[in-house]
Amino acid sequence: MIPELGHFALILALLVAIVQSTLPLAGAALGAPRLMALARPAARAQFFLVVVAFACLAIAFASNDFSVQNVAANSNSQLPLHYRIAATWGSHEGSLLLWTLMLAGWTCAVTLFSRHLPPAFLARVISVMGLVSVGFLLFLLFTSDPFDRLVPPAPEGRDLNPLLQDPGMVIHPPMLYMGYVGFSVAFAFAIAALLGGRLDATWARWSRPWTTVAWSFLTIGIALGSGWAYYTLGWGGWWFWDPVENASFMPWLTGTALIHSLAVTEKRGAFKSWTVLLAIVAFSLSLLGTFLVRSGVLTSVHAFATDPARGVFILTFLALVVGGSLALFAYRASKVGLGGVFGVVSRESALLANNILLIVAMASVLLGTLYPLFLDALNLGKISVGPPYFDAVFYPLLAPAVFLMGIGPMARWSHASLPSLWTRLRWAFAVAVVAALVLPFTLGHWSPLIAAGLFLALWIATSSIVNLRDRLANSHRTGPLDKLAANSPSYYGMLLAHLGVAVFIVGVTLVKGYEIEQDVVLETGQNVTVGGYEFRFLGVRPGPGPNYRAVTGTVEVRRDGRLLETLHPEKRIFNASGQAMTIAAIDVGVLGDRYVSLGEPLVNDDLNGAWAVRVYLKPFIDWIWGGAFLMALGGLVAVSDRRYRLAVRRKAAPMLAASGAAASAD
Amino acid sequence: MRVLRWTIPFGIFVVLVAFLWVGLSRDPREVPSPLIGKPAPTFRLSKLQAPGETLSPADLKGSVWLLNVWASWCVSCRVEHPLLVQLAQENVVPVYGLDYKDKPDDGRAWLAQHGNPYTASIVDRDGRVGIDYGVYGVPETFVIDKMGVIRYKQIGPLTDEALQDKILPLVRQLQQ
Repeated sequence: MIPELGHFALILALLVAIVQSTLPLAGAALGAPRLMALARPAARAQFFLVVVAFACLAIAFASNDFSVQNVAANSNSQLPLHYRIAATWGSHEGSLLLWTLMLAGWTCAVTLFSRHLPPAFLARVISVMGLVSVGFLLFLLFTSDPFDRLVPPAPEGRDLNPLLQDPGMVIHPPMLYMGYVGFSVAFAFAIAALLGGRLDATWARWSRPWTTVAWSFLTIGIALGSGWAYYTLGWGGWWFWDPVENASFMPWLTGTALIHSLAVTEKRGAFKSWTVLLAIVAFSLSLLGTFLVRSGVLTSVHAFATDPARGVFILTFLALVVGGSLALFAYRASKVGLGGVFGVVSRESALLANNILLIVAMASVLLGTLYPLFLDALNLGKISVGPPYFDAVFYPLLAPAVFLMGIGPMARWSHASLPSLWTRLRWAFAVAVVAALVLPFTLGHWSPLIAAGLFLALWIATSSIVNLRDRLANSHRTGPLDKLAANSPSYYGMLLAHLGVAVFIVGVTLVKGYEIEQDVVLETGQNVTVGGYEFRFLGVRPGPGPNYRAVTGTVEVRRDGRLLETLHPEKRIFNASGQAMTIAAIDVGVLGDRYVSLGEPLVNDDLNGAWAVRVYLKPFIDWIWGGAFLMALGGLVAVSDRRYRLAVRRKAAPMLAASGAAASAD
Repeated sequence: MRVLRWTIPFGIFVVLVAFLWVGLSRDPREVPSPLIGKPAPTFRLSKLQAPGETLSPADLKGSVWLLNVWASWCVSCRVEHPLLVQLAQENVVPVYGLDYKDKPDDGRAWLAQHGNPYTASIVDRDGRVGIDYGVYGVPETFVIDKMGVIRYKQIGPLTDEALQDKILPLVRQLQQ
């Protein structure tokens, strides 16, 4: 009964979404306020219905209803409750339902925080988001119904993919989708602006907080996925340039470009059509990512169940949404004009260069991801593109973009002078260069790549300090706290996010430069010394888990004879599927991790004999995720800026009457 | 020309969609084998269940047969094994097994435990025949025609779909 209720709610949601995507749009075109006023209630009703559908699916999972195919295929009665609930979005159908839920949620959020938007603009935004929602609901109902019944019911479920039975995996998809789908808001704002023919600074100011929040979520989502890969895949890697990772990374790069380009459009009125294009591209890449992951056109370690019929549907949808938007862009953007003029040396130029580098980097990732598919489609053979390509192309493109991060925030808008920039930044530059040249000697061996990486990180840090110092020195306020408070949260958010990049680069550089990886075979009681740490293997013992059998090893970590930590790496064999999973044991430290994971016993099934053990030292690896979280935090701090809310308050008075009317219409 | 500039993103996207469209009809996991259409590499190996006797592709000339590469240590082989057992019961086509890089004792124990669908299995202890056949990973299945020519190769476990849609129709056609 409950699954049918969920299914019914989805059908209703589709009908409401159709209303939401057509009538307000028509109202905006015809200037009919009553049609436009439908936007808010329709969006909220759709959100409610999708929540009901999602709750029904979650209940089906929680109550082990194996008469639902999706539950039977992705859950198991032995699975602990929190993973049964997480299994709701563990399957293809469930994750699409999550996508739809997020989209409806973002739309609903737009209806809540949009008092200041002109009604016609809001109607268009909500209609555009409704159109996207219609596509996803159709996709759910026609090709991927999460509520399909299984006749006769299965006595037991097949279990959730063991790799997904992990706390990181429980929150990684929702975070990632919050980001992916969040770009739909910027997209809808851009389309609405193109439709209305009004592309100005206010449009950019409205889009900025939405874009930044979505970007922050995406950053956290990607970081969580990377962290998960680090501790569960058992080989200590944190990024593999896998097509599915790239699918999330491309919208991130574009989103980063979009955030910066929106700043220019808001502050200076420049880059208008470019910003609109970026907003369209960021969301298009989110859709493309969904297509790549769900259609099976590329091979990936994320082997999700794939189905060509679904691929055809998503591709058609992608073609309509993106093709339509780009056609609209081609038709309208020429009339928008380019906006303000600026000098060759100016903050605009720095941001433009940063944008171009980010987009070229994104295009190179896109090319690398799709290259195997291009060759195959042209009958030129089967190849796979791996880390060597991405490493060779990506770092040289991003290094200048990172270098510009030191200059851009210091440069004046419109016209800056190189000599004055040099005067202000020379000490920051000198300190960064000297420290980058010397530091590698103290850390171990010196190599040009390590020095270059450290230079970029230090350069961001030192130039940020100079930037803050100049700001405080030029402030008219007295007292250090007053001076600090005089700057806007968006300024501090920017500094924080940039420092996040520096922290991230330190992590990447040092882990690539100094990591030590050893695969050894250890008998019980044997030692291995890696990088000054002594690892003593004390054997394994079997033990039961809730839905798996585990083999847990014990490894003592010593330095200079002193016991630092006892680690327990695990291997789990899941009862339902028989699949094995490795849980690495990590002694986490700010200066580096000691990472131990169990391989296989040397002789099959002889648990008490020798084991293959991987012992890794990963210096500064946690800085990678720490940096990512700082970036996301910076984004959230920036959004708290009063400027975005001031715009609300200023317009609030005349709008109150209108919103009161809308509220009573709810 | 100035207006044309704005249609560039659209143009790029159209090309991209065209490629994605073609990509949909391809299977990225399907690796073409250069051996298809070539005579099956020859060998003479002893049989697993009767170590005194040997088998060579030459002995099987005149009949259509399947060569299934398996091993007791191979986990995915357990996935496809029920299909092979079922196929053997239907008696449509003889299936010969190539026990790849395996100890004969382990292989025999494995067949005793999971059932033996093979007309005969031969032992490729050091995997040399596997190299001749371009074995990527176990399991793999070859369809070999009456003339001893390889006509099809399945990489990875057999699926019901592959069997019904590709292998069995091909076998029937070749048997005529």
